[in-house]
Amino acid sequence: MENKSTAVKALTWIGDNLVTLIFLLFTIIGLSVSEVSFSWFLGELTGRLYRNSFLVLSLIIPVIAGLGLNFGIVVGAMAGQIAVVFIRFFELGGISGFLLAVLLSTPLAVLFGWMTGRLYNKTRGQEMIASLIVGYFANGVYQFLFLFVVGVIIKVPANHPLIKPDGIGIRSTVDLGMADKGGLKYALDNIEKIPFTHALILIASAILILQILRFVRNKTAMQMKKNRIMTIINMALCVIVIGIGAYSISAKNSLTVVAKVPVVTVLLIAALCVFTELILKTKLGQDFKAVGQSQRIAEVSGINVDKTRIIAVILSTVLAAWGQVIFLQNVGTLNTYNAHSQVGMFAVASILVGGASTSKATVSQALIGTILFNAMFIMSPEIGQAVFGQALLGEYFRTFMVYGVIGFALGLYVWKANRKSRLTI
Amino acid sequence: MEEKKLSPKEIVGKIGLPTIIIAAFLVFILALGHFMGLSVATLLSDTVKRAGMNGILVLAMLPSIQSGTGPNFALPIGVECGLFGIVCAIEFGFTGWGWFFMSILLSIILATAVGYFYGKLLNAVKGSEMTIATYAGFSITAFMCLLWLLIPFKSPNMGWFIGQGLRETIQLDVIGASMILNDFLGFSIGPNFYFPTGMILFFLLFCFLVGAFFKSKHGIAISAVGSSNSFSEASGLNINRNRILANILSTILGAIGIVVYSQSYGYAQLYNAPLTMAFAAVAAILIGGASAQRAKVSHVILGVFLFQGLLTSALPVANRVFAGTDLSEVMRMVIQNGIILYALTQVRKGGKG
Repeated sequence: MENKSTAVKALTWIGDNLVTLIFLLFTIIGLSVSEVSFSWFLGELTGRLYRNSFLVLSLIIPVIAGLGLNFGIVVGAMAGQIAVVFIRFFELGGISGFLLAVLLSTPLAVLFGWMTGRLYNKTRGQEMIASLIVGYFANGVYQFLFLFVVGVIIKVPANHPLIKPDGIGIRSTVDLGMADKGGLKYALDNIEKIPFTHALILIASAILILQILRFVRNKTAMQMKKNRIMTIINMALCVIVIGIGAYSISAKNSLTVVAKVPVVTVLLIAALCVFTELILKTKLGQDFKAVGQSQRIAEVSGINVDKTRIIAVILSTVLAAWGQVIFLQNVGTLNTYNAHSQVGMFAVASILVGGASTSKATVSQALIGTILFNAMFIMSPEIGQAVFGQALLGEYFRTFMVYGVIGFALGLYVWKANRKSRLTI
Repeated sequence: MEEKKLSPKEIVGKIGLPTIIIAAFLVFILALGHFMGLSVATLLSDTVKRAGMNGILVLAMLPSIQSGTGPNFALPIGVECGLFGIVCAIEFGFTGWGWFFMSILLSIILATAVGYFYGKLLNAVKGSEMTIATYAGFSITAFMCLLWLLIPFKSPNMGWFIGQGLRETIQLDVIGASMILNDFLGFSIGPNFYFPTGMILFFLLFCFLVGAFFKSKHGIAISAVGSSNSFSEASGLNINRNRILANILSTILGAIGIVVYSQSYGYAQLYNAPLTMAFAAVAAILIGGASAQRAKVSHVILGVFLFQGLLTSALPVANRVFAGTDLSEVMRMVIQNGIILYALTQVRKGGKG
């Protein structure tokens, strides 16, 4: 009997984490069949992690408030881009330019978030499809702004590097310039950089200290066997990572050539993680949870449901706007009409890969998902090249995985929920 | 006969405000075009052609809306079935009318099978059909990209000149099938107006068939399931079976629709072309006055003419008025997605009772 129940448990666990496991397997296979070096892969992966995490984390709050996955963060990304175009037009760069872009994008994002939030309140139960369409709709308005208003209504000099040669509209690719030459590229990343191995040791030590503190303080919670085992495993992992880091530094192996870590960017991401965790402990966070669980019960207990939902969307939109500014300072070029269009899709796919669903999402799911999703993204063309001799095939496969994972994860979740509700009836 | 006089407000309510606004906008654009020195006959000729091209794709929305699964955002599934039929018919060496009917036959067979599984999928995800359908359509499109690249077809009309896989656009004039349906009994009025009789008749034939189907026993059952689950369950209707039937029908119409579309366009577009086709078709039927839960054949016909008329007329007119800018694409995005959002706000709370 004992054995059978463990087998069933294991199967359920695999079922619950199917998407995550597929991606993990895919990455491992990719690393073994293709000829890329592990340090190159790590460099690519961490680079993508620094630039995308913020955007993925911005999805968590709407999920908790019961709005599902907010594809509408595209609108926030647009707010970020409008701000970036503005500072580029007046040739403001460096860290002050970056901060100004963040500052400018905030009121825009609040406004956009308020509008989309109101729309979601009118499309209750269909928020996800509405958020997808809202992105397409806003794209039309955005193009109207940058292809027509700039130039026809707001007169601009045609010889400005940002403006198309005929004087109407913004160019489709805008070079943002290096931060040290008055541009925006690496404005945040280049403030402080440390080698990857050092960062590894620092982060692992920080987590280790946190774990020890929790272990010492929370004697009661540690009474539970499961918690205690998890904490000990975590601590052991931290020690191992510290060991690997120290060994790499002394042996100067391939880990030391992995791209350096932008400290401030990483700290900002960590701050957002902490912020997301903390806000859930406040009154507002409790309201989010209550509304997410049942709008009717929340209403009865005196929570203004509509307002709470709008606040959740505004928060998400503002974070997405900041995330897009961080993204752009890393990429260094603005694809004016494309950079935002995929943001929602990729972020949603990432968080779903991490094991989130339309009603549950955590910081760790967002981070794990971002890692695995981007690992797939890097490995796909490599696998296509190695197995089929065609990189293009890998790129089509990558697109298939993006759409497929969203469809599959959402479908699986709804199917499970429907089955459960039928069982309780 | 007693004739009831409708007040203006009732007329607006009956036709729907968005329809009237779009119609007025279209008339305005045509008038503007006339004053700017464009040939209105050419604009109307293009409108009729585009409406005929897209008609059956829009008609594909009707069964799924009636069955309560919402507009068929997974139209790409049907479209890919149709494209597969087209490609196979070319590979088997069919040309002209033989190609046309073979494509339709193959795509119907394929769409029936695929539509069945798609219907099953939708039954498993009740309540979130529209979102899942959208991603099902996207996934199939991306999957078919892989297939187009790997499929070992040999016809020289379809392959790249070098390397493996099928071309992005396959010319249909080399197999004598470009505009084959358009030119059937087609005639010109004046120098600028051409009427693609065959294609319009084909579209109207399908409108008639679908309309007749929804007056039959099976069709009424589907509509009943769509309007109230609890009522239809009480009256002994098999909800899931009817929803599957409706979505098979919708997938088949999508497949036939793309064959008609491709012959009129002169090319079969593979790879990413079908990705966003659903949204234009959804917008068209909504502009015609349908809601996300109720639709009629008249909505399809009115909607496709209005929406395609707007798209075809706006480009030359906008280019004339605002030289140097391209506002027609912006307008398409705003109107197309605006109408879908409007329809979503009209969905009853909690979905289908």
